[in-house]
Amino acid sequence: MELIDHLMLGLSVAMSLENVAYCLLGCLLGTLIGVLPGIGPVPTIAMLLPITYVLPPVAGLIMLAGIYYGAQYGGSTTAILVALPGETSAVVTVLDGHQMARNGRAGAALAIAALGSFFAGCVATVLLAGFAPPLAEVAFKFGPAEYFSLMVLGLIGAVVLASGSLPKAICMILLGLLLGMVGTDVNSGVARYDFGIPELQDGIDFAVVAMGVFGFAEIMTNLELKDQRVEITGKVGSLYPNKQEFKEAWPACVRGTALGSALGILPGGGAVLSSFASYTLEKKLSKNPERFGKGHPAGLAGPESANNAAAQTSFIPLLTLGIPGNAVTALMIGAMTIHNIQPGPQVMTSHPELFWGLIVSMWIGNLMLIVLNLPLVGLWIKLLKVPYRILFPAILVFCTIGVYSLNYNVFDIWMTAAFGLVGYVWAKLKCEGAPLLLGLVLGPMMEENFRRALLLARGDYSTFVTRPLSAALLAGAAALIVIVALPSIKKKRQETFVEEG
Amino acid sequence: MHIRNKQDFWSGVMFLVLGLGFALGATKYSMGTAARMGPGYFPFWLGICMAVLGTGVSLGAMSPKAEKVKMEKFDWGITVILLGSVALSGLFMNYLGVYISVFLLVFLSSFAGHDVNWKVAAINGLFLVLFVWLAFIKGLGLIFPLWPSFLGN
Repeated sequence: MELIDHLMLGLSVAMSLENVAYCLLGCLLGTLIGVLPGIGPVPTIAMLLPITYVLPPVAGLIMLAGIYYGAQYGGSTTAILVALPGETSAVVTVLDGHQMARNGRAGAALAIAALGSFFAGCVATVLLAGFAPPLAEVAFKFGPAEYFSLMVLGLIGAVVLASGSLPKAICMILLGLLLGMVGTDVNSGVARYDFGIPELQDGIDFAVVAMGVFGFAEIMTNLELKDQRVEITGKVGSLYPNKQEFKEAWPACVRGTALGSALGILPGGGAVLSSFASYTLEKKLSKNPERFGKGHPAGLAGPESANNAAAQTSFIPLLTLGIPGNAVTALMIGAMTIHNIQPGPQVMTSHPELFWGLIVSMWIGNLMLIVLNLPLVGLWIKLLKVPYRILFPAILVFCTIGVYSLNYNVFDIWMTAAFGLVGYVWAKLKCEGAPLLLGLVLGPMMEENFRRALLLARGDYSTFVTRPLSAALLAGAAALIVIVALPSIKKKRQETFVEEG
Repeated sequence: MHIRNKQDFWSGVMFLVLGLGFALGATKYSMGTAARMGPGYFPFWLGICMAVLGTGVSLGAMSPKAEKVKMEKFDWGITVILLGSVALSGLFMNYLGVYISVFLLVFLSSFAGHDVNWKVAAINGLFLVLFVWLAFIKGLGLIFPLWPSFLGN
């Protein structure tokens, strides 16, 4: 069995002392930022990216991945106990999770959330191991035209499935692609849009943009709100769900896992969308939907499983095609390129220890997270009492140190501040940052493949539609736009995101 | 014409201006042909696409069917304090070293909060300097200018 061999290889990599330690560190950090409202995985991973320079690539990626799925666990703790989503994907968890806590079942709610996440994490890891190799096979058949079309589909998918205005999101992608053009053009050696500044000739680092637009801008919008006093609901109580709760939770957990895994693979899917989708599904299927929003275990178990499953399966397009589906995986691409690993289908064959080590580490990480989140929940509750005025200067410091250590150049600090300013303006204009980041990461790759495809076709644009695979991918992208633009769906889409709020 | 959705309108204007700017900038580089693209080709068309879409967004915001959305208030005080202290710490990094810059960054940025207490800010600053020393300098061995350059060493 090849799969078993691969998993054994992964196990041997992931179980090395160093990698276990970094996995634990990632999970701890992930839980920490998940619990704390006001800081999410994107700025955290961006902050830590430069630090992974000094780590071996496997250890670095294991840690960054741990932050992402760890945040899904941590986010639910805050959502249940304080009714504040520690993480955007935990918005739905607040609805029924916090109600359960109010009904005196906080411990049970935490246990359901953690166990549901764990189950989802295990299934998603197996899926990742099973599905990635065949998908990578397909990817090897891709030429530049297919890659270009795939990126178009990925980018469109990312905005279609996200909330907010579609044309604005597409504009943000284009802007991201354009920002990706800044710097030296690899084909001609011409420095584009550098305004005579030598630092700009290397291009704009996406860590700079991520920290400015997600980190700094978020602090500013948070500070505008009055300091949110955190009130913790009652005692945690017994950590064991009773029979009735268990019976209601497990089918939701299974459905949530399936839904989350499927949506996670799609570009733009990821944790947020799948938790919303799962909640809607559970409510539709339930015999007594009126109990939702009043502490129904299914309304908690479904979304919690779904968001964790999606967080993990979103690594499938990243590891097989080299295409990121959301902002976090876009940063992971960056982490790979830092270590000179070209993301794409060849990773599996050229760096098998990295590929399988990462997958197995996810399973180990999930196991750690269960321990971190259930018995140690008291510790995290204490953390919630740290006021924001102490917290935000710390975030600023980590961001500043993080960008400075990218190139040891203060220019990067100023760039980050500048992106913080535009990020703040964008937040006010309701222009989303995630599509911009995706565009920025994909920009150079997209141009490269676009140029190469047309070079091979001698300038004939029809190459994108005459090659069947490429045509299918583009048709998919077009279909997505049309579907979303249909009035009935448009209304439904708005409802899904506004509803339950 | 009446601007109903102010957020969308101004976003559209921004995309239009930036798109035209990028497209104009691209004309400085060689365009090439579709088969042999120069460095200007791809960004030029991206810029044009963005400008067109941006115009669409702005026009949509003026249509009578558009939702009425006002601009949200900007809080420039917070922005100036926060980004100003970050920019200053960048300025100080090379001259005063990482410890003093980090302390100043924490101390100054704390004034962006609601309930400012300079004692808390100072203690927080000292704590974070300690943390930076422990985690980044000792732990990860990153190389920073540590102390003011005029003190020499």
